[in-house]
Amino acid sequence: MLILHCPYCGIDAEETELHAGGEAHLTRFGPGSSDDDFEGYLFMRENPRGVHFERWRHANGCGKWFHAARCTNTLEVFGTYSAQTTEPPEEIRKILAKKRPGWTWRDLK
Amino acid sequence: MSTRLATGGRLIDRSKAQAFTFNGKRFKGYAGDTLASALLGEDQMLMGRSFKYHRPRGVVASGAEEPNALVNLGKGTAHEPNARATTTELFDGLAATSQNHWPSLEFDVGAVNTHLSRFLPAGFYYKMFIHPRPLWKHVYEPFIRQSAGLGRAPDPETRDPDTYEHFYAFVDVLVIGGGVAGLQAAKAAGDAGAKVLLIEQNAHWGGRAPVDGGSIDGQAPEAWIDETLSALQAMPNVTVRSRTMGAGVYDHGYVLGYERLTDHAPQMDGPRHRLWRIRAAQIVTATGAIERPLSFAGNDIPGVMLASAVRDYVVNYGVVPGDRTVVVTNNDDAYRTALALKAAGLAVPAIIDARPNGGGALMQAARDQGIRVEVGRGIAKVKGGKRVSSVYMCDQAGSGAMLEEIPCDVVAMSGGWSPVVHLWSHCGGKLTWDDEQAFFRPDADRAPTGADGAAFVSVAGSANGHMGLAQGILDGDAVGKAAAKMAGFKPKRTKAPEAVSEDEAALVPVWLMPQGASRDLRAKAWLDYQNDVKVSDVQLAAREGFESVEHTKRYTTLGMATDQGKLSNINGLATLSNALNEAIPQVGTTTFRPPYTPISMGAIGGEARGDVFQPIRRTPIHEWHETNGAHWEPVGHWRRPYCFQRAGESVHDAVNREIKATRDSLGLLDASTLGKIIVKGPDAGRFLDMMYTNMMSTLPIGKCRYGLMCTENGFLTDDGVVARLDEDTWLCHTTTGGADRIHGHMEEWLQTEWWDWKVWTVNATEQYAQIAVVGPNARKLLEKLGGMDVSKETLPFMQWADGTLGGIQARVFRISFSGELSYEIAVPANQGRAFWDMLMEQGAEWNATPYGTEALHVMRAEKGFIMIGDETDGTIIPQDLGLHWALSKKKEDYLGKRAQQRSHMTDPNRWQLVGLETLDGSVLPDGAYAAADGTNDNGQRNTQGRVTSSYYSPTLDKGIAMGLVLNGPDRMGEVISFIKEDGETEMKATIVSPVFYDPEGEKQNV
Repeated sequence: MLILHCPYCGIDAEETELHAGGEAHLTRFGPGSSDDDFEGYLFMRENPRGVHFERWRHANGCGKWFHAARCTNTLEVFGTYSAQTTEPPEEIRKILAKKRPGWTWRDLK
Repeated sequence: MSTRLATGGRLIDRSKAQAFTFNGKRFKGYAGDTLASALLGEDQMLMGRSFKYHRPRGVVASGAEEPNALVNLGKGTAHEPNARATTTELFDGLAATSQNHWPSLEFDVGAVNTHLSRFLPAGFYYKMFIHPRPLWKHVYEPFIRQSAGLGRAPDPETRDPDTYEHFYAFVDVLVIGGGVAGLQAAKAAGDAGAKVLLIEQNAHWGGRAPVDGGSIDGQAPEAWIDETLSALQAMPNVTVRSRTMGAGVYDHGYVLGYERLTDHAPQMDGPRHRLWRIRAAQIVTATGAIERPLSFAGNDIPGVMLASAVRDYVVNYGVVPGDRTVVVTNNDDAYRTALALKAAGLAVPAIIDARPNGGGALMQAARDQGIRVEVGRGIAKVKGGKRVSSVYMCDQAGSGAMLEEIPCDVVAMSGGWSPVVHLWSHCGGKLTWDDEQAFFRPDADRAPTGADGAAFVSVAGSANGHMGLAQGILDGDAVGKAAAKMAGFKPKRTKAPEAVSEDEAALVPVWLMPQGASRDLRAKAWLDYQNDVKVSDVQLAAREGFESVEHTKRYTTLGMATDQGKLSNINGLATLSNALNEAIPQVGTTTFRPPYTPISMGAIGGEARGDVFQPIRRTPIHEWHETNGAHWEPVGHWRRPYCFQRAGESVHDAVNREIKATRDSLGLLDASTLGKIIVKGPDAGRFLDMMYTNMMSTLPIGKCRYGLMCTENGFLTDDGVVARLDEDTWLCHTTTGGADRIHGHMEEWLQTEWWDWKVWTVNATEQYAQIAVVGPNARKLLEKLGGMDVSKETLPFMQWADGTLGGIQARVFRISFSGELSYEIAVPANQGRAFWDMLMEQGAEWNATPYGTEALHVMRAEKGFIMIGDETDGTIIPQDLGLHWALSKKKEDYLGKRAQQRSHMTDPNRWQLVGLETLDGSVLPDGAYAAADGTNDNGQRNTQGRVTSSYYSPTLDKGIAMGLVLNGPDRMGEVISFIKEDGETEMKATIVSPVFYDPEGEKQNV
């Protein structure tokens, strides 16, 4: 029963208000892409013990999608941010550098 | 014999006698008794039979950890199995029965298992019943299921007459456990100004302190407890609740509390149980400790009890479990039991202390009372059947040679104490092994952490490994202050209360008694009473290679019963670590999972039952349906009429009548539940081209187009008719169950992938009532209503128009899901009922007949139209259904296009949609498989297709079906065999076109 801050409507929402949407920052591959690229996009997911980036929807609230950076191990939430970005914003990276020096995730660090 | 003393019992009220029954026999107890204390007071030591060997079992404990005294409570609709007699408060009229025996508690046929125990070792069922395989399903499993299980579940047809509710609470500091440490922690946090909730699972406060003695700030513990509780109750920022258990601790400070409101007083009004859903910034668990049994032969014979429990029964209830009590211990605390018995005037023939040098001040006190103390000794075995008759004393260091037989009827045992670390562990708190005190205690450096990365659970008192009154109260004060500080408050600089209790000498861990016990003795030394696991079983598991504690647990079932191993876990893993020659911390513990003790399903459900279990969505015409014979069918959250049954008519007949009336003249369908999503904006056309497999951007204004939606993995997810309303607005119809899901699907792509596209979506499903007017006389009815031109020329097939009909504003779509001349008419929701009534009234001359979802299904199947959820199941692509015409070849991209190019999707051997007609006109079973030659690797018949929809068609007077068949479209006219539900009988069917009715489409296009 996590609590995440919805960056759109500004409230701390309990998990029952939220809908989990899996991994964040996937790059879509469509027609013309290689089998490997398409497989990676459609099926291959990170399953880290530690820093992770996820998509959430404030389903029983404002209905907006947002992103969360959190630790799957300690359940610490580093921050939530707009879903309309292809990578974590600078302020989230700063928090991670401080709290989890040396963190890596896919090709981010 | 066990009996009630003439005086004493701090919790009972002797002026209030309470009559109750056990197995139909009448007994008497007092207000304040538990069922267990009342039974003991009436010399009913035998309370149950064990799970595997059906051994006679008496009560062992006095609290939530009780493994043996499980009973059925109540009768009929209020029946509840597996209630612990030790936590069941007595009330007048209580009716309990014992469990797991046949024919009676006193004489149980299943007890023969105890003599077969040599042949029923750990893993017996796994080893014995694996061969021959077919016997498992028909012989072994039914037999084992019959003889297994503790209580009986209530009859599934009965309904629980009680009510339940949920409570929500948000606090700064939650304190779980109302012993002295918990009380002091709550006081310290409350004094700091924090909003505090203090919960205690029992009806009484103060935990063990009133029984164990000592003094707090110069007062008796009971006086201090009363004073502190009154102070807490007077504080506006503090809430206290007894009979409320902390059931589980979850992520980010979420806690479930379980309050039992009327279990002890069934005549009271209101809910029976209440589930507290608590969010706390900081949680203090002050859950105390549980005494451990000792492992010696015969330690499960009725009369062998925990030393602390014997003391509880004497002090709290004025009940003595027997006349002569032998105390056996490895620590000082158990001496308190001997002293309490002595003070009550009872005989204590001996204290058998396994420690070579015995104990300290408490041992001296016992000796001063004239009690015989034997040090360095143990119990070789307990003699007795349904009751202890004597113990064989031996040297603890030896192998069990008897030194002396000591007659007695109670054995009070103590193997030391284990902190209750369950709640700490639920959300990831780690443990550390305390070598000196021989128990696991919370490791404060590895606490459960919250959203901010800081610890949100702390532990106080004996749960934290601080045993004894003085240490416990100090710890409670410190932890309460620290929790308030973590929650953002400033604790006061007050001094903790000063408590005094006797110093205790160190214990010596004893995991087996005697140390070198022979195989025979070990095979009678119980670890887990409830699941009948013995020392020899765990040792066998270790020999057979089950080295992980989690594997050993599952192999032997140690700790897997309803008590979740509260007494057995530590002894079990110490036994395992000895067998593996490893240190206890290396072996580790099994995982502690919520709830702490079982909670009722009713409490979990709360108010959500019956009519309020789930909200029902109603169309504006719902009430009309209800008063006109609707046979309801749930569709999503809606209820839709399956058909409208007339008096004396079967459901089947009603469906056929509705179809015939529609095809012959005029039918009406309430289609309001269809999803209606408005998609608007400069990029709306581009967006819909991605959402649908068809091209939607080129749809002319005023026209309709049937569209398919796929998910990104290529599979069909929804379908419906799209209408273009104006230059930048489209109206997308979805399936009834799909409206919210498809709206969410659109929003997801708009918000997370194409967020720079200018598109706005609105789910307008409930803004309109929509009615399908269907049949050869449909146009005549609309013309009669008047207001707009609905002629073939002005409003041809697959177009729409706005206007009025009978004075009501309407949007009319010329679309057909039945193959007939058909108009779907959307009117504002608040006009829906009026419009429906008008259609029924004005359509009477054409026998206007309302029809339900089954007629809709049959008519669409007669036309070969697919239905999402029938022809599709999440693994079907449009190409499987012959819908190539709906896949745009002009578009570079749409959701699912890339996936549909994957090798398995383009495999020519994917099953394809065809129609199916049985040779004799009968109806194929829905879902039946078509058999192919040969068998697969599992020996099952090979298959070459399956039925996806199957109906009796009244129009054609025969069974019609659709199905997916290997190379189906190339095999028209071929006869294949389908297998009926019995798995053997074959039905032959011809492969035909899926369009059974009006293949040229002449009827809908008039």
